[in-house]
Amino acid sequence: MAIKLLIEAVRETMLSLMEQDERVIVLGEDVGKLGGVLRTTDGLWKRFGDSRVIDSPLAESSIVGAAVGASMNGLLPIAEIQFSDFIFPAFNAIVSEAARIRYRSNNDWACPIVIRAPYGGGIHGALYHSQSPEAFFAHVPGLKVVATASPKDLKGLLRSALYDPDPVLIFEHKKAYRLIKEEVPDDDYTIPLGKAEVKRAGDSLSIITYGLMTYHALAAAEKLAQDEINVEVLDLRSLRPLDVEAILATAQKTGRVLVVHEDNLTGGIGGEVSALIAQYAFSYLDAPIMRLAGPDVPAMGFNHVFEEEFLVSPERIERAARKLAEY
Amino acid sequence: MASTREEQAEAQVMAGMQDSAEVHPIAAEEATAQANMTGENGDGADEAFQPATRANYRDLGLNGDQLLEMYYYMLLARSLDERQWLLNRQGKIAFVISCQGQEAAQVGLAYALEKGKDFVCPYYRDLGFMVTLGQTAKDVMLSVWGRAENTDSGGKQMPGHFGHRKLNVPTGSSPIGTQNVHAAGVALAFKLRGIDGVVTTQIGEGGTSQGDWHEAMNFASTMKLPMIMMVENNKYAISEPQDRQMAIKNVADRAPGYGMPGVIVDGNDVLDVYRAAVEAVRRARAGEGPTLIEAKVTRYTPHSSDDDDRRYRDRAEVEEVKNNRDAIAIFRKLLTDEGILTSELDEKIRTGIRAQVDEATEYAMSAPDPAPSDLYRHVYADQSERTFDSQLSFEWSGSK
Repeated sequence: MAIKLLIEAVRETMLSLMEQDERVIVLGEDVGKLGGVLRTTDGLWKRFGDSRVIDSPLAESSIVGAAVGASMNGLLPIAEIQFSDFIFPAFNAIVSEAARIRYRSNNDWACPIVIRAPYGGGIHGALYHSQSPEAFFAHVPGLKVVATASPKDLKGLLRSALYDPDPVLIFEHKKAYRLIKEEVPDDDYTIPLGKAEVKRAGDSLSIITYGLMTYHALAAAEKLAQDEINVEVLDLRSLRPLDVEAILATAQKTGRVLVVHEDNLTGGIGGEVSALIAQYAFSYLDAPIMRLAGPDVPAMGFNHVFEEEFLVSPERIERAARKLAEY
Repeated sequence: MASTREEQAEAQVMAGMQDSAEVHPIAAEEATAQANMTGENGDGADEAFQPATRANYRDLGLNGDQLLEMYYYMLLARSLDERQWLLNRQGKIAFVISCQGQEAAQVGLAYALEKGKDFVCPYYRDLGFMVTLGQTAKDVMLSVWGRAENTDSGGKQMPGHFGHRKLNVPTGSSPIGTQNVHAAGVALAFKLRGIDGVVTTQIGEGGTSQGDWHEAMNFASTMKLPMIMMVENNKYAISEPQDRQMAIKNVADRAPGYGMPGVIVDGNDVLDVYRAAVEAVRRARAGEGPTLIEAKVTRYTPHSSDDDDRRYRDRAEVEEVKNNRDAIAIFRKLLTDEGILTSELDEKIRTGIRAQVDEATEYAMSAPDPAPSDLYRHVYADQSERTFDSQLSFEWSGSK
């Protein structure tokens, strides 16, 4: 067991997966000699060379499309989208193609690819290096979607994703790469896709969230505990499939639910989580379900004022939780 | 090779068709006109056709049996296609998308591949590819009704959306050009795995306007991948003529810009296509990179059964080719002139194909549909999607 940053967990897990299975390739922009603009693939090219760590042309549709094709001819590709903001040229390749390979071929073909993409703000990335596009993909049957900021979870989820027989998108919070560190077990463990984790137990109210917001929620929970508001923090980890049992369990336990995400409010994951609780745990609720999310503006602007105004912070979570606790 | 069968099957099928109350008189008339065009019901006078081919089959290393096999695949594709129009105009099937006029381009390239090793990422007109690779008449007709047994998709997709794992044909879709980037990935896998396999991928000239086409060309040539890009240039993208898609005369002119050879072939001459295909395959297997082949063809039919091409083109354009330069008739003349095909053998082949198409039609017409519950199957490897019934509850009944 060692303490690791998220970015170390990403690199080391890919290195280990590539060492153990020669079918694994990494494909994306600047993933080779440079080691990725955020250094997520640092060391891989030196170890495995051009044939398995492939600097692709600057064209996302063919990065994902070629990964789809390669997966149908015996490889296990990990495609990297440099910033999740640039995933949209590959939207067709993901939604119309990867997601439907199995379904439309009536189980004749499969598409076991992993698409990794750094997401999220707080790094002065402005409109096009800060977004959270996960809800677009969590809407799509045939895809599995992970979003995390946890080094421990990333390691187990990435291994599961690689050997999952269907396409999996992994959104890694880019601010968390060098911010979040925690103990990461040494062995080659897996964490099942579709399983949430209670990161902090409590009985006053539940915060259901994912990604970097999990850590903001935990920070808020520390403050709230001083006033005997005992917050339960559920980290979804997988956005599709959702761990409905875990969502309902925490809602039933506390009767008060705050759903938090960095992505903007309308049409986000919070709506789906809220609807599940409203239908299946209605009689357990002591308060309306509350959502705290990025505002419905296109994205956070470059100026620090815009970034700070956009982002959900531990303080904002604390304020929302207090309001919910008082209802 | 086709074998002769009972005429009974045909009689039964035709009787079944006449029983349908859904046949609109005008539709039936069009169907008859359609059936009279070519193939199953005769191609017109061979004498009228211009001399055959620029390629000498002996130089290509093809023997008589192989030439007859190519002829058979072209005829089979055309016959299956014509039967679909007949069924559509009789109101028996919802949709047709055609290969007619493009069979020689398809068979000529497919015949140069090694079955069981090479991959094909086709587009929706590539019925000639599919039958050459081994898709059966029965399977094609099952796709026409979207029956459960169909290998392409088991009723999930429209006809022409080919996919067949045993034949190394990755499943295709409707958005244009996505198959091209898949092919680049298939080729990448061949290269990285050290297998001397080749992938061909096809598209129309309209499809070359798509970003995916350009991305696939660039990806494959940058990485020197064993890919063959064939553009079946039939001069129309639904209604839009070629000059709405590009400011150049030949798609092949783009090839040098991607750092690969671009070859123009006469898509009505199966041997001209084959000759170019053999060289492209050789290059690919030798690690010399991709090749663009542009086959100049003519789309005999409207874009699909839902299109009316009289709104945007003069049918005389099509008739001229059909009457003077039809690929099947050209090839028949060559085979006859060379003493490879006699009129008796030709009749035997055609009768065999007709029986095969009849039998396939009859089978598919009454083959079982998928079950409603099949809608929920194969979203993922593990079945986890919920049905309507599971939505009508206030108790969560589990994810499965």
